[in-house]
Amino acid sequence: MEPLLPVLWFGIIGFGVMMYVLMDGFVLGIGILAPFSESQPQLDQMMNTAAPIWDGNETWLVLGGAGLLAAFPKAYAVMLSGLYLPVLLMLIALVLRGVSFEFRFKAQASKRLWGICFGAGSICAAFAQGLMLGAIVEGMPLQGGKYLGGPFEWFSPFSMLTGIAVVFGYALLGSTWLIMKTSGELQNIAYNLTRPLIAIVVAFMALVSAWLPFLSSRIMTRWFESGNFIYLSPIPLLAVLNALLLWRAVMRRAEYAPFILALTFFGLGFVGLVLGIWPNIIPPSLSIWEAAAPPASQGFVLVGTLIMLPAVLGYTYWSYSVFRGKVAVDSGYD
Amino acid sequence: MADPEVVLLSRIQFGFVMSFHIIFPAFTIGLASWLAFLAGAYLRTKRTLWRELYLFWMKIFAVSFALGVVSGIVMSFQFGTNWAELSARAGNVLGPLLSYEVLTAFFLEATFLGVMLFDRRRISPQMHFLATCMVALGTLVSTFWIISANSWMQTPAGYEIRDGVFHAANWWQVIFNPSFPIRLTHMVLAAFITTCFVIGGVSAIYLLQDRHREGAMLMLKLATAFAAITVPLQIFVGDLHGLIVHEHQPVKLAAMEGHWETRRGGPLLLFAVPDEANETNRYAVGIPKLGSLIVTHDLDGEIRGLKEVPPEERPPVAPVFYGFRVMVGIGILMLITAFWSLLRWRGDRLAKSRALLRTWACMSPAGFIAVLAGWYTTEIGRQPYVIYGLMRTSEAATAIDAASVKASLIAFATVYLFVFVAGSYYLLKLLRKGPQPVADELRHPEDKRPARPLSVAQG
Repeated sequence: MEPLLPVLWFGIIGFGVMMYVLMDGFVLGIGILAPFSESQPQLDQMMNTAAPIWDGNETWLVLGGAGLLAAFPKAYAVMLSGLYLPVLLMLIALVLRGVSFEFRFKAQASKRLWGICFGAGSICAAFAQGLMLGAIVEGMPLQGGKYLGGPFEWFSPFSMLTGIAVVFGYALLGSTWLIMKTSGELQNIAYNLTRPLIAIVVAFMALVSAWLPFLSSRIMTRWFESGNFIYLSPIPLLAVLNALLLWRAVMRRAEYAPFILALTFFGLGFVGLVLGIWPNIIPPSLSIWEAAAPPASQGFVLVGTLIMLPAVLGYTYWSYSVFRGKVAVDSGYD
Repeated sequence: MADPEVVLLSRIQFGFVMSFHIIFPAFTIGLASWLAFLAGAYLRTKRTLWRELYLFWMKIFAVSFALGVVSGIVMSFQFGTNWAELSARAGNVLGPLLSYEVLTAFFLEATFLGVMLFDRRRISPQMHFLATCMVALGTLVSTFWIISANSWMQTPAGYEIRDGVFHAANWWQVIFNPSFPIRLTHMVLAAFITTCFVIGGVSAIYLLQDRHREGAMLMLKLATAFAAITVPLQIFVGDLHGLIVHEHQPVKLAAMEGHWETRRGGPLLLFAVPDEANETNRYAVGIPKLGSLIVTHDLDGEIRGLKEVPPEERPPVAPVFYGFRVMVGIGILMLITAFWSLLRWRGDRLAKSRALLRTWACMSPAGFIAVLAGWYTTEIGRQPYVIYGLMRTSEAATAIDAASVKASLIAFATVYLFVFVAGSYYLLKLLRKGPQPVADELRHPEDKRPARPLSVAQG
């Protein structure tokens, strides 16, 4: 059991981060698309599709942070200090995005201002997250478990690319969410945005995938050595199939399928990137076993996670079912 | 090791971000339980007034909670960005406690908050009451874990140190470390009392302005009764906490009391200006022997002085000494307010004394100041250690460049100031507006009172 604990925890944290990326992804996506709303009431409606659930969605990020501290304290310390400035950008952006939800519905004269904060906060948070993801996949220079790089080590063409890719990716999640949750004029806008977004996201995904093997011999090995490509080929193949289905679903103006397919598309991309990291938690040199907290810690939290996570998923599902269906123009706060 | 400038900047940043954050949980922990009480009372009585008050405080709660959440997310990453050494060395112990907080509390609060705030039309009043209770439960469970983690750093227990890294040897001892039970009680009471004085203060202002009379009178009476029970209890609990500090953190206690020399039958200093350079107090005014009585429950009990340890082992004395006095002073003012109000309990005599109403109004922010002063006392008082007696704060900081920390400090200060001003503005706006008549569809089917026409609505 004990050597397996770090593997289990890599899975749990991977699951938590993916839940965050998908669930806050579509909420941030709404913010990224905020500039395309044609009026303040329309932006109200967009925000109201997520207002009751955004807070719970964002909590997955806190779980990722706390879980990483509990299960891989060394990785938590190195990752956050090495990515100090991108983390700062993300946190500040999330603060502005979060308060905008509350303040905008209370505001009258400054409604526009909070709309801008909501949009800008979402775009910056998404970009910072993509940038961090790219920087981690690319690897961080470590020696003896300490971070060696400078304050701008994360800056690279690849991390800029992943940063922009995530902004468009979240926008796609947001636009398909809006297709599902709205009707009429706003739904039309969402359909019109979704088509070019699919093309852009597919292009970015292809670019990142093509770049990935050349980043390091480590990733090249993972994908192309000793027949690995045969085992892993379902991932890119599924991604291509997924993109086609998504396109078709949007063309035949399906309402639910685009969002579901956008989630799976994003999920496949995420798995593809994480495969390049395994079995490191921070490439190139900090493995999950080196970074792992002792079994006393990992085991203790594992028990709670196995009990609580199903409960959390259960009541999260319930809250989504309370708010199922289309969002009317005038719902939300009174 | 990080250079001293970085350590200082990181400490300023942590102190600032933390001070900003604590204001909101200190309010929302009590407010969530107050909302659960209001929802329960409405469910029992079907009296429209309870519903009006619920919907009013719910809006206040929503704004405060959002500010607490966004500043809380910052906290959960600060341990890594600025205190990487602490995370690497004590993450084995602190990480699991924080993870349990997320799993058992944060998801509960956040998810049920959405249900509670938004769709009251789609779920039954019973379900809505349950959702409110879940949010209240979440805030309390969250307090449990975060105070446990903080208390462990104050009075570490159940651990082993191997190669400089902390390992948990006994989780029960880690969680229920010596200072935890009393500090948890102290903090939960503090949060409840803070909320109680906001509710009482707001009601008093309405009464002074002759608005929302019925609701304000009801709330002021509830606040009076609640304060009359909890404030004396809090003073008792605070005294017990003092005994724990005396036993486990004698140097912190010496700073709180301003005692330089170890002595029996020490005085209680009411006022003094601690002079750290000369290791003495100036302008000291004290009551003989009372200090020993309070700290040790014995007139001739021994209080250990600051001079027992070398200067580099002492916390900064002045902020600890003053912070403690501010907290206790406010506690005494709260006690006076509560008892004075109790004397005027009958009928509507409470509303007839404008002096009393003004006192309540002035006391409405008192809880926040006391909570901040208390936290400054305990957090500065444990210096120079981050894990008491075992790991110094200077060893805990990330070895990062000072420019990055300066940038983040400026960014947090600017953005927090901006959202704080905006948040306060919206809160004041809501408070000024006061409780509003409840629309028919937001009421219980058995609540038969017709909605008041808006034209005659007060406010």
